[in-house]
Amino acid sequence: MFVPTTGGGPVSTTPVDAVSLEARAAALCTRSIKTTSKRAALHTTIRCIDLTTLEGIDTPGKVASLCRKAVRPDPANPAIPSVAAVCVYPEMVEHAVAAVAGSGVAVASVAGAFPAGMSAPAVRVADIADAVGRGADEIDIVLNRSAFMSGDLGRAHDEIAAAREACGAAHLKVILETGELGSYDQVRRASMLAMAAGADFIKTSTGKIPKAATHPMVLNMAEAIRDYADQTGVVVGLKGAGGIRTAKQAWHHLVIVGETLGSEWLTPDLFRLGASSLLNDVLMQIQKLDTGRYSGPDYVTVD
Amino acid sequence: MAEHIPVDKTFKLFIGGAFPRSESGRTFQVHSADGGLLANAAKASRKDLREAVRAARSAQTGWADRTAYNRGQVLYRVAEIMESRRAEFTSVLTDMGHSPGDATAEVDRSIDRWVWYAGWADKLHHVLGTVNPVVGPYFNFTFPEPTGVVVVAAPDDPPLLGMLSRIAPVIVSGNTAVVATGGPSTLAAVTLAEVLATSDVPGGVVNILTGEKGELLPWALGHMDVNSVDLTGAPDGLEDEAVAAAADNVKRIVRADPAGASPYMIGDFLEMKTVWHPIGR
Repeated sequence: MFVPTTGGGPVSTTPVDAVSLEARAAALCTRSIKTTSKRAALHTTIRCIDLTTLEGIDTPGKVASLCRKAVRPDPANPAIPSVAAVCVYPEMVEHAVAAVAGSGVAVASVAGAFPAGMSAPAVRVADIADAVGRGADEIDIVLNRSAFMSGDLGRAHDEIAAAREACGAAHLKVILETGELGSYDQVRRASMLAMAAGADFIKTSTGKIPKAATHPMVLNMAEAIRDYADQTGVVVGLKGAGGIRTAKQAWHHLVIVGETLGSEWLTPDLFRLGASSLLNDVLMQIQKLDTGRYSGPDYVTVD
Repeated sequence: MAEHIPVDKTFKLFIGGAFPRSESGRTFQVHSADGGLLANAAKASRKDLREAVRAARSAQTGWADRTAYNRGQVLYRVAEIMESRRAEFTSVLTDMGHSPGDATAEVDRSIDRWVWYAGWADKLHHVLGTVNPVVGPYFNFTFPEPTGVVVVAAPDDPPLLGMLSRIAPVIVSGNTAVVATGGPSTLAAVTLAEVLATSDVPGGVVNILTGEKGELLPWALGHMDVNSVDLTGAPDGLEDEAVAAAADNVKRIVRADPAGASPYMIGDFLEMKTVWHPIGR
């Protein structure tokens, strides 16, 4: 059995108690956020969003309007912060880089034959190098689930390490696609493997399959990050993506990460939420706080 | 064989086609005309209203996109199910103090009223729309479109006929409704919800909240995603607030005869769109 190692020796993986993991996630999700903290939670959520468009019909125009929204989410309210990054396909990276230039918003690109990763290793590495060459600050790749699930952990590990090398100075996020891994234990194992192979972030899902960033899964991966930091001293970030649509879901993720890893994780450097429709819901909640009345989708920009 | 233990019904809200309890966990007592306790019903909160508006909004486009003929059929199906539950509706009304004869008469009128509105689904465009005479080589049409999400304060008197007479003209044209009701009408409303759930009305087209209308309506009036509020069954004293709150997103505020029926009552919840179409030569 392949055991991922770092300079400090082999990395051990803690088995997961599924029942207590789900119970703890459920308990953390009952935590209510009081009105006084709500605005801070909503602003933190926005600052941690990777505003994402990953559709076959993306155009330079659509990416440009997404970028304008990323820089200034609510045109009527300059107090609202920019999001952390925009997340696009490699073909769209140059358009995104031009549109966010000077704003502090990063450009993330999926690469490495996203979303399945089922291309030859050399093709995937070339795809990553291409996205970096186009100016992406962050690269989101997928774990080779085919290798991982057939037990070839060494290959899955080495491919991530090769991707790490191809990224150069760009940040590497590794998508585990938790919905395909089958169990919390497998996700924990994949998390440790990805971190040992050099991931700067581990990310739940591509957003292309229905089972995605559930609260227990994010808790599971947060615990993996805590384990890894305890064993190696290396601090890795966490990105939840897929199915996060409401402000309430998002701040439950904040609670889970804050309670598991500490509030120092609640910055864009270490925590991200990949989403597209989430931002509008957060803006509507902020409008509710500002005006005292419920807002609606007519009062935020159309994506 | 053990003796049968009666299984009492839990009276809950009706949101998005499901029967949830109130998010707040609150209940209130529903009493019969002679003061006896009939039921503990769920008391909706502003967050239940928010969820109901959300359900109504997500159901609205799909409902409006159905053909007018199909909407008419779906409403007729509701009348069929009400017919099969006549005894239950009648007993709800007698519990409220109606004589058996009055109760039966009101149930009959209610079902007739609903069928009458069902028939309007594919006729209202002809009656309320127009072909306008214009100068120039154009056809000019004005045709009605549903306004969107409508919050209905159901009248307490007549309880069943009033509620149905206010819901039917809202949904027949493709609007979706959030109905606020309470007090003695509660049991009629919950029984209606069970009828709607077992007919072909898509979830979210009619949502029913039981509780204090006076507590829910200010939130509905301020809600920016509500297009119209029917205050027919609202408690007194909301008018000034209604006009001020509704101005922000130009809601239609409607007050009507609680037991009346008219195609123009459908028109209260319509937007008129005018289009110009060149006449080919």
